[in-house]
Amino acid sequence: MDKMVLSKGDLSKFITEILKKNKVFAPVKSDDTILFKQITKPSELNIDFYNSDVPPKALMFHQTETLFKFSPGTKAKIESVDTDEKKVIFGIRPCDAKSIAILDHAFKGDYEDPYFLNRRKNTALVGLSCTEPALNCFCTSFDDTPASSKYVDILLTDIGDKYYVEVISDKGKQLTKGLSTLFKPAKENDTKKKKEVEKKAINMISRQQKTNGIVEKLDKIFENPFWKEVAFKCVGCGACTYLCPTCHCFDIQDESTLTKGARVRVWDTCMNPEYTLQASGYNPRPARTNRVRNRIYHKYNYYPKNFDVIACVGCGRCIDLCPVNIDIIDVVTRAGEVKA
Amino acid sequence: MNNNPYQPWLATIEDVREEVGGQRPIKTFKLVFQDNKLQNDFTYLPGQCAMVSLFGKGECFFAISSSPTKKGYIEVSVMKLGKVTTALHECEPGDVVGVRGPYGNYFDVDGWKGKNLVFIGGGIGQAPLRSLINYVVDKRKDYGKLDVIYGARSSKDLSYTQEFDGLEKRKDVNVHLSIDVKEDGWKKFVGFVPDNLLHVKPSPKDSIAITCGPPIMIKFVIQNLEKLGFTEEQIFTTLEMRMKCGIGKCGRCNIGNLYVCKDGPVFSYKQLKNIYGER
Repeated sequence: MDKMVLSKGDLSKFITEILKKNKVFAPVKSDDTILFKQITKPSELNIDFYNSDVPPKALMFHQTETLFKFSPGTKAKIESVDTDEKKVIFGIRPCDAKSIAILDHAFKGDYEDPYFLNRRKNTALVGLSCTEPALNCFCTSFDDTPASSKYVDILLTDIGDKYYVEVISDKGKQLTKGLSTLFKPAKENDTKKKKEVEKKAINMISRQQKTNGIVEKLDKIFENPFWKEVAFKCVGCGACTYLCPTCHCFDIQDESTLTKGARVRVWDTCMNPEYTLQASGYNPRPARTNRVRNRIYHKYNYYPKNFDVIACVGCGRCIDLCPVNIDIIDVVTRAGEVKA
Repeated sequence: MNNNPYQPWLATIEDVREEVGGQRPIKTFKLVFQDNKLQNDFTYLPGQCAMVSLFGKGECFFAISSSPTKKGYIEVSVMKLGKVTTALHECEPGDVVGVRGPYGNYFDVDGWKGKNLVFIGGGIGQAPLRSLINYVVDKRKDYGKLDVIYGARSSKDLSYTQEFDGLEKRKDVNVHLSIDVKEDGWKKFVGFVPDNLLHVKPSPKDSIAITCGPPIMIKFVIQNLEKLGFTEEQIFTTLEMRMKCGIGKCGRCNIGNLYVCKDGPVFSYKQLKNIYGER
């Protein structure tokens, strides 16, 4: 790993350099919210943000995407679609970068998902450490930190007058190659400062989820009335799942006119009763209790059983954006305390 | 072949056979891949499934109801229920569909060699069992006694009647058909499938029981199998769920941490007892 520094004044020069060869997606202020959008010049970037409402997973796993095109009807022909060109996600938070590593498990496996994995291969992640975590952040509950470099190609950390730059992977090296006028080797003092900034950020995280032994505990309380209580106030809007950086469930639908058609994949949510409704009218998850429980179990029991990692990164979006204040920190911590 | 698991291969409907008419009709579609090489390379085992799609309508996950011992085509048996199956029922020979697969696990046809097999099917649940029955009948000497128990609401609701006629003529296969309600001229068993099972009373010794049908039927069949002395390791079933991808990614067909499309659809009763989750 290369450790370097970049003066704050040179950040836009760095972005300009990246823009020469890549599509760049970065946090942009849009109305009252922050979104990851394609930028064409450094000034569009908004670096003063907690996190985007819509996670940058949307750039890898599109909310709506055409799987292939076809001529509809019973004399069909199929036409493949191209997958994406090279891109850089600039300013991704360490938790969201981790979520993409978590999604890798779902999209790899026995059947590789070419759409997600091609994008993954062609995308470099330039992370930005959180110096000021938000109210409902809890990445430290999963042994991660707001300045973790584990899941990005480059990590920038604001250490006052400059950025501390960690170049982690080959993709990261490609982006900083030949830019020695911008990047200077980090001094010991810079490294110390990064550690201080990281420690300060960790200390600012006030909320903790107790996940110790949660997989085994959930095995024992599937039928517990606790889930009814948890689901009682849920309105089933699905915001928690649509905006979750690790949720990967989708629907596939055919869209067509008389002459043109496409098979389209769209984000779906296990909060919808239609999600599991069978053509016969039978629904294995007919009640909100079933569905809320499935969401928690998928993240804290099924995913760890299948892939050895909890499918939550502690970004806090589902807490911030739930219209009825269902709080996953609270739910999981309390699940751990339920008498089995 | 392509590397995109979402992109189906084109297949032509060669034949459409009406199995059951009435309110909930069932048709069997004989499908042949347009690519000859692909047709030859498409190998599967009884119990496995395929995603069949009608372009502009959508995709559905069906058990392959033909036996892999019959080469050159695959068959799926489809009950007309939702959007895609309704559109499929309007298809005619010559029409083109998309097919991808085979998906999921399969019946342990190798491990069951030498055993007595009891098949207990109800309604459209007979589709995956038909693949298995035709497979073991084609390899008859590899297996012990064969009991085929199958029932439907009325005689008009029985599928694969021609094939059952053929099986009934064989001396080495015991066929036990039933209908739920009494009808004039019906000389075989009248009553529900689980009751017919008790009536037939297969011995659990060196036997494997395989059941598929409506959830309520499966429940009572398993209860009755246990009454007859079958252990949880001797009972197998094949399940279904709403599915979209067929490859364990879209999320909806899970029972606990297992996906029916990928980790199933064939489960032993022992396995099912030990996983919790809605089904």
